[in-house]
Amino acid sequence: MSGETSGCPLPSDDGGRVLLAHGEGAKLTRRLLDEHVFPRLFGTGMRPLEDAALLPPLSGSPVLATDSFVVSPLFFPGGDIGSLAVYGTVNDLLVRGARPLWLTLSMILEEGLPLSVLDRVLDRIAAAARCCDIAIVAGDTKVVPRGAADGLFLSTAGLGQLVEPAPIGVSEIKPGDVVLVTGPIGRHGIAILTAREGLRFEPPPTSDCAPLTAAVAALRNSQAAIRVMRDATRGGVTAVLHEWSRDSGLTLFVDERQVPITPEVRGACELLGLDALSVANEGTMVVVISPEDSIRALAALRDAGYAGATAIGEVRSRGVVPVVVSRALGREQPLVEPSGAPLPRIC
Amino acid sequence: MKYVDEYRNQKDAEQLLRAIHRRATRRWTIMEVCGGQTHGLLRYGIDEALADVVELIHGPGCPVCVTPAEQIDRAIELAERPDVLLTTFGDMLRVPGSRRSLATARSTGARVRAVYSPLDALMLAEREPDLQIIFFAVGFETTTPATALAVQQAARRGLHNFSLLTAHVRVLPAMEAILRSPDNRVQAFLAAGHVCTVTGQEAYEVPCRRHQVPIVVTGFEPIDLLRGILACVDQLESGRCEVESRYRRCAHREGNPQARRIIEEVFEPCDQPWRGFGMMPQGGLRLREMWREFDATSRFTETASICEVDDRCRSGDVLSGRIRPMQCPAFGKECTPDSPLGAPMVSGEGACAAYFQFHPTIQNAAVDSPGRKT
Repeated sequence: MSGETSGCPLPSDDGGRVLLAHGEGAKLTRRLLDEHVFPRLFGTGMRPLEDAALLPPLSGSPVLATDSFVVSPLFFPGGDIGSLAVYGTVNDLLVRGARPLWLTLSMILEEGLPLSVLDRVLDRIAAAARCCDIAIVAGDTKVVPRGAADGLFLSTAGLGQLVEPAPIGVSEIKPGDVVLVTGPIGRHGIAILTAREGLRFEPPPTSDCAPLTAAVAALRNSQAAIRVMRDATRGGVTAVLHEWSRDSGLTLFVDERQVPITPEVRGACELLGLDALSVANEGTMVVVISPEDSIRALAALRDAGYAGATAIGEVRSRGVVPVVVSRALGREQPLVEPSGAPLPRIC
Repeated sequence: MKYVDEYRNQKDAEQLLRAIHRRATRRWTIMEVCGGQTHGLLRYGIDEALADVVELIHGPGCPVCVTPAEQIDRAIELAERPDVLLTTFGDMLRVPGSRRSLATARSTGARVRAVYSPLDALMLAEREPDLQIIFFAVGFETTTPATALAVQQAARRGLHNFSLLTAHVRVLPAMEAILRSPDNRVQAFLAAGHVCTVTGQEAYEVPCRRHQVPIVVTGFEPIDLLRGILACVDQLESGRCEVESRYRRCAHREGNPQARRIIEEVFEPCDQPWRGFGMMPQGGLRLREMWREFDATSRFTETASICEVDDRCRSGDVLSGRIRPMQCPAFGKECTPDSPLGAPMVSGEGACAAYFQFHPTIQNAAVDSPGRKT
C-alpha cells in the first residue's frame, strides 16, 4: 500500500465518499461502522462486539457455503448487489437441503465510492436478510485505492443446518427421472446485459433475483423424492445439466419447446443471438425428481406461487453426448457449454 | 413470438421438406452465402434432412472469419498504444491473429472493449476526450451503414479522437470469385437476406446472367431457409436462372436506398485480402479521401508485422467451400471453440463452430476425451 498512500487524500472525513482511511482500522473505520454499517444491518443498539461470532450448537449437520459478488452495475432492474449477495448465498444453502441460519459479510470498497451508494446497498442487504430470516453475525470492511475495484465487491459465507430428508444427490439420479425448472429462465443475465449495455428494451427485462425458500419448502411439503436441486446461476440451465451429466455419467435431455421463457428474455435472446438456456438466473432452480412424483411436485410449486414451474426434460442413460436438446423442428442435438459467457461480472 | 414462431413451425417445415424431395430429380449443389444461414441449417438439421437431394456448401459470409490475421495483428498493435481504446464487435475478440487474439492482448494490458454498435464507440469518444477511440469495423453491407453514419457524426460533432480500422467486406465480389473459380461446384445461391435489406437484389442480376446461376434472397429461420432451397431447386429443375426473393418481409427489391447512399458517401470499394481467398478484387471498402482523417491506419503510423497464420488451420478452404469443416485435420482435435486455430471455429457465424456445436457424432468424437465416463 505504501506506493498508493502518496495519492491518498488526507484522512479527514469528507462526508460524501469512501476514503482509504475508512479501511485503515482507526477512527474513520469506527465511524464508518457506527454511522453507516451497524445501524443499517443491526438497527440501533445491537451490534457484534467481537471479530468472530460464537454460535449455538446445531442439532443437525452444518452446511457451509461461500460466495462473492462483483456484479456491474450495482443496481439493476429487479435487484442489486446487496440482495444478490444475501439471496445467492441463501440459495446455495437451500438447494443443498439446508435451512439458512447465519451469514458473514465482507465488503471491499473502492476509494471514492459515494457513501450514499454504500448506504443503499447496506439497506438492501438488511432487508434481504430479514426476508430470508438469516442473521448477519460477522463481517469485515476493506478499502482499496480507486481503480483497484469497481465500486463495491461483497463476499459472504453462509451457514445452515441440514433438514432431513435432504436431497439424495446427483449420484443417485436415474434414467427416466424428470428435470424441471421453477420458473422462466434467463431473466437475470438479460437484465444485467440490458442495464449494463444501455439496451433499450420495452418493457425492460427484470432480474429474477430472489430467495428460493418458498420453492424448496413447497417441494419438501409435497413429499416428492427430490434427487438434486441447483440454482441455475452463471452458465444457466446448460451449465447445471453439464455438471450433473459429468457427476452422474448419464445424459441429460431438455426439450427447448417446454422451457418457460418470458417474452422479454425471448426477444432479447433472439435479437442478441443468445441461447436462453445458457443465460444466468438468480432465483430459479433446476430440479431432478422421480417421475412418479413430478406432477405432485409441479402442482406444489405452482400453489406456492411459482406459476412458471415446468418439466423441461429428463435423465437418460448415457448416449453419445452429455446434454441433448430438442429444438424447434424436433431434431435432437448436443447442447454445448458456451466457451465464454456473453457477458462477464453478472453476479 | 411474432415473426419467429411462424417461421419455426414444424408442420410447415415438414411440408416444405417433402416439397423439395418431390421436386428434386437429382442432387443439386447449393451454397448458402451467409454464416447465419449455415448455423440455421445445421441447428435445425436441414442439411441432414435434405442430404439425398441437396448438397449445401457453406459460403464465405462470415465477416469475422474472412478478416485477415494481419488486420487483427494491426488492431492489437493499435490497442496496445497507451493513448488508444480499441472497440469492436464482441465476436472479433477471440479470433486469433497470427499469434494472439484481442482478448489475450487485453489480458496483458491492451485497451479493448466490445460494443454493440459503432455509435457506442462514438459515445465513448465523446465521454473520453483524452483517449483515441478506434472502432475496428468488420461486417458486410448489413453493418457498413452504421459505421458510415458514425464517421459522418464524428465529423459533425468535431470528434477528432474517433477513427476507424476498416475491415468491411462486400459480398458480391466474393460470389463472383467463387463462380469464376475453375473448381466451382455451386449451382445456385441462397443470397444473404440481411445484406439484401441494404443492397437490394438488382446487383445480383449480373452474376446471375453471366454465370447462369439461380440466386434466391433467403432469410435465416428454418421456414425461410427451406423456402429459399425450394425456390433454388425449382429453378434448377425447370432450367431457369433468376434472381428472386423468398425474404420479402425484410428485403425489398431496391434494398435501403438511404443506407446505400450513406455507404456511398463515406466509403469506396477497394481490393482487399480475404482470409482464405487472398486478394479479393473490389472485395473491401476504404474511407473516401474526404474522410481519410478518420482512418486509424493513417492517423497512427504503425508497422503491421507480416505474419504467418497457423498452417494447421484450413479455414481458407472451408470458407471457399473446398472442404467441409470436419475434413480439416485439426477439426475437433487441435482446434475447438475453446482453443481455436482459426476464426470459423470462434465466430457465431463460423462454419466450423456450427459443425462443432450441432453435429452430435462429430462433437462426441471431439469432446469425449479418453478419461471420460461412459
